[in-house]
Amino acid sequence: MSDFVLEADAVTKSFGALSVARDISFRLEKGARHGLIGPNGAGKTTFINLLTGVLTPDRGVVRLGGADVTRLTPEQRCRRGLARTFQINQLFPSLSALENVLLALTERDGRAWRFLRPLGQHADLIDEAMSLLAGLGLESIAARSVQELAYGQQRLVEIAIALASRPRVLLLDEPAAGVPGAESRLILDAIEALDPDIAVLVIEHDMDFIFRIARRISVLVAGAILVEGTPEEIAADPAVREVYLGETTHAH
Amino acid sequence: MADATRARERATAHVVTAHRWRWVEAAPWLVATGAFFLLPDYMTLGTQIVITVMFALSLDLILGFAGIITLGHAAYFGVGAYACGMLSAHLGWTEPVSALFAATLVAAFVGWLSGLVLMRYHGLTLLMLTLSVAILLQQLANTYSDFTGGFDGLTGIYFDPVFGVFEYDLWSHTHYWYALAWLAVVFVVARRIVYSPFGRSLVGIRENALRMHAVGAPVFRRQVAVYTVSAGIAGLSGALFAQANTFVTLDVLGFTRSGIIMIILILGGTGRLYGAFVGAIVYMVLEDELSKLTPEFWEFGVGLALVLVVLFARNGILGLLDRARSLLAERGR
Repeated sequence: MSDFVLEADAVTKSFGALSVARDISFRLEKGARHGLIGPNGAGKTTFINLLTGVLTPDRGVVRLGGADVTRLTPEQRCRRGLARTFQINQLFPSLSALENVLLALTERDGRAWRFLRPLGQHADLIDEAMSLLAGLGLESIAARSVQELAYGQQRLVEIAIALASRPRVLLLDEPAAGVPGAESRLILDAIEALDPDIAVLVIEHDMDFIFRIARRISVLVAGAILVEGTPEEIAADPAVREVYLGETTHAH
Repeated sequence: MADATRARERATAHVVTAHRWRWVEAAPWLVATGAFFLLPDYMTLGTQIVITVMFALSLDLILGFAGIITLGHAAYFGVGAYACGMLSAHLGWTEPVSALFAATLVAAFVGWLSGLVLMRYHGLTLLMLTLSVAILLQQLANTYSDFTGGFDGLTGIYFDPVFGVFEYDLWSHTHYWYALAWLAVVFVVARRIVYSPFGRSLVGIRENALRMHAVGAPVFRRQVAVYTVSAGIAGLSGALFAQANTFVTLDVLGFTRSGIIMIILILGGTGRLYGAFVGAIVYMVLEDELSKLTPEFWEFGVGLALVLVVLFARNGILGLLDRARSLLAERGR
């Protein structure tokens, strides 16, 4: 088995004439804390969709735990240990936070096909869900329907659902997007407290946020990786500065 | 420590106790029993209502819980009715209980087969395709009139007394209890399903299919599964219809039936099991009374009731009751 739990090898994707991913090669080790940054429209979410199987690349290979998963569906990749959160909340709005997490737990556990014993009698899963919520500081709002929660709390429920799949790789798509300053601290804490064995890839706009989490950072510009390095290297890189100051000469 | 345990109990109670029976759930069965003794002359209507409740319940499983929209659910009701009727009329299979089982299986099989295609689609496409399946089956029944009786209807249906003991009577008393007993069985099964992990995952699909994919749920297979179960139950209600009426016509597969069952469910309230009961009773009693009052004009009254519900009670009559109850609870606080 490879040391890299998630690998993209020369992944390429275009929609007609618009090339959204160009020859992206990328590796995530066990326990990695990797950041992916880039200006608006650089193709960050497209890249996540290619990794998770929402999109299939035109060329290139995606490997999970050393196995080729390029042709697998999102649900098959999830069952192999790849979980994600969404840039825009994808929750079960009318259900409680606890029920949101339980849905993911029953899937992971293979119990979601059982149709006789009520969910309420699966005490072990309910305990696990409550522990998960408690770990994110959500225990007290477990019974509230998620559509009533503050936005920051909803973002945490996003993470809780992803963690319920007990992933080896966790992709966080702008976890703090739209979260007011004070609440974004909670999300930062939650990410810092994640199991150190999980490989985490965080996409973020907010540079301060990403520099506090990531040990390595890749910069994506116009569908291609511009540069990869430690946060210090990235901060000092003139090409990156150019991109972020909006002085890019890439024409579209 | 005790506080923490109690807090956790409070936080999980809505899941832990969700499936427990409540006293109010005895109401439909008390009403059904009471109706028999108070209105013994109305048991033909009563039997039709019981059958309709079961049909609406089957629709609630897919529409209310799994969020699968359809305008062709009569397809499976009709398959059940024809299967049951043809077993008796052509094969002389006159034992009623086993004939019901057989018809249920046939309808479930047709549901599974069509579900394998239908569940790949969503929205308007799905709506049109479900409609097409029902039309297709109706046309098939019309074409092969040697087997189905075609436009003239299927006659020669006869069934033995239930368990060889309970003879059918002119007032449908036997049919009423027979259908009610089946409804009770189906209801307990549906209720089990709804509160099980499988049933909860259907709600997850209704609420957010994209997220269900992302947590590893085989969404398509699960939709096909519930569609099959729902078709089976619809078929069972259709088979009961054939046994109670001893006559099956093409309209069991008709668009009107598909539409009305949807109206009934929306009237009562979707995704709550009991909406099927309330909707069927309200709709059919209204139909019966209004058509006596104004034989040409009764549909106006039903239409008006539906407009009122859609305008003022989006979640059906039961949704309205829920809102009234929570308002009272708030005032009591």
